[in-house]
Amino acid sequence: MAEPTPGQRRGRLAPYALLSPGMLWLVLFFLVPLASLLRMSLSTKRSRFDFDPSFSWDWSNYGDVFTTWGSQLGRSFLFAGAATLLCLAIGYPLAYWIAFHGGRWRNLLIGLVVVPFFTSFLLRTISWTVVLADNGTVVRALRGAGLTDVLRWLRLTDGDRVLDTPLAVIGGLTYNFLPFMVLPIYVSLEKIDARLVDAAGDLYAGGAAAFARVVLPLSLPGVFAGSLLTFIPASGDFVNAYFLGGTRSRMIGNVVQDRFLVQLDYPGAAAISLVLMAIITAAVLLYAKLLGTEELA
Amino acid sequence: MRPGAGRAVLTAVAAAVLVYLFVPIALIVVFSFNRPTGRYNLVWQRFTLDNWLHPLADPAINDALGRSLQVAAAATAAAAVMGTMVAIALARYRFRGGALVNLLLVLPLTTPEIVLGSSLALLFINRGVTRGFWTIVIAHAMFCVSFVAITVKARIRGFDWTLEDATMDLGAGPWRTFSRVTFPLILPGVLAAALLSFSLSIDDFIITAFVRGEGNTTVPTYVYGSFQRELSPQVHVVSTGLLVLSVAALGLSVLYQRRRT
Repeated sequence: MAEPTPGQRRGRLAPYALLSPGMLWLVLFFLVPLASLLRMSLSTKRSRFDFDPSFSWDWSNYGDVFTTWGSQLGRSFLFAGAATLLCLAIGYPLAYWIAFHGGRWRNLLIGLVVVPFFTSFLLRTISWTVVLADNGTVVRALRGAGLTDVLRWLRLTDGDRVLDTPLAVIGGLTYNFLPFMVLPIYVSLEKIDARLVDAAGDLYAGGAAAFARVVLPLSLPGVFAGSLLTFIPASGDFVNAYFLGGTRSRMIGNVVQDRFLVQLDYPGAAAISLVLMAIITAAVLLYAKLLGTEELA
Repeated sequence: MRPGAGRAVLTAVAAAVLVYLFVPIALIVVFSFNRPTGRYNLVWQRFTLDNWLHPLADPAINDALGRSLQVAAAATAAAAVMGTMVAIALARYRFRGGALVNLLLVLPLTTPEIVLGSSLALLFINRGVTRGFWTIVIAHAMFCVSFVAITVKARIRGFDWTLEDATMDLGAGPWRTFSRVTFPLILPGVLAAALLSFSLSIDDFIITAFVRGEGNTTVPTYVYGSFQRELSPQVHVVSTGLLVLSVAALGLSVLYQRRRT
């Protein structure tokens, strides 16, 4: 585990004193609210105008999540999964190239990957409406290549539009969370000793074999972290679906936003939030098991 | 395929992905120089410097910008202090419960923002706390504490704490030791974490949407709320301005660290 740190000491009171403000903050404003959420999810809203629902072990809110909002829930994980795979497909080559061929520009290049974080998330998403506008360059190019028919057949688009379709939402999610995929993969690739790759070559491994047997396994912790940092925010997002999607691409985040902030249906919104969190936790544990947890320590 | 060809393909893919990352950013900058005909600054008409000559022309945006900057400053200050204390505790001491602390730090970062936002808003509603400026600060400080603690901890891992003992041996008290030795050494890490916190806070939309209550717009909540009616070029000006300032701050902090080492 952690390498010995010179001068590290065994503490009695000092470490707890240092920890207490930060930990107290997280308990009060992260853990306690989750308890509020659980309690509210089991409360009953007696009428549309009952804004102070009372706790009553009411499990019906959870049933509604699947019966009423099942399609939005499924779509969220589908879109988030597709965006995560796309981020991996384009983010891994970028991270690999910067780590192994970036030379003395490596820090600058990885800095460029972070620059999008310094402009508005909403405005970046809105900018895609300009790029994907009907009769814009992108849509005309797709139409020229005959791809609009293929995309429509795949049910990714409607008519020959791209805006207001699932494709636009998946593209927006991919764009917005790409840096979260690139950064952890880069960190794990950067740590790889180039001599290991040379050694694989000396042992007659070709380029592909050296990658598959040496580089890829060593970068799996980065792939794991990057996938979580992409999939989790993407599955709960409602900004991309709001600006880029149509009625056929509303996600579960849009439902929570509408239930909570517009309809003031707190029990309903609370149950959806908790189901979302439970499914994500289960998915993360399953994924950790599939990739092999011992490599991730 | 020859090795050279493989590398050329890889370079082309990497370059294309970098371009993809910068397309919307370039559009934001370009559209800050646009003179739109309607209420939406989404179709290029013609070049103008007017938006930049009157960057604060829209009072609603100024109000939102002022609140965003104040929230970010307050949340960053709180998170920098609390997060750095947590990082020092984790890096410098061996104690029971370290794993639990690390788990509690990571959990807010792996929880979807709508869950963080809706649960915190419910806490405020249940306790009868009016949602406003301070509830936004509390929420932002919550996720920023985790970011600061994790970033600073990574920076000071392997730090040689015997330097503190040496300072004490030379007769300096604990406060002098901290202010003259420990603090200058951890400062670059704390500054980098603070910069990250500030940019996370100023751009946060989802959590803010839940905990802000009526009114109390920040720049992102203003953009979302007004998009039904308009998208003024001043939004692009403000966003471009913040981009330039953040990149400048990032550049300065890199230069500062380079000079020190």
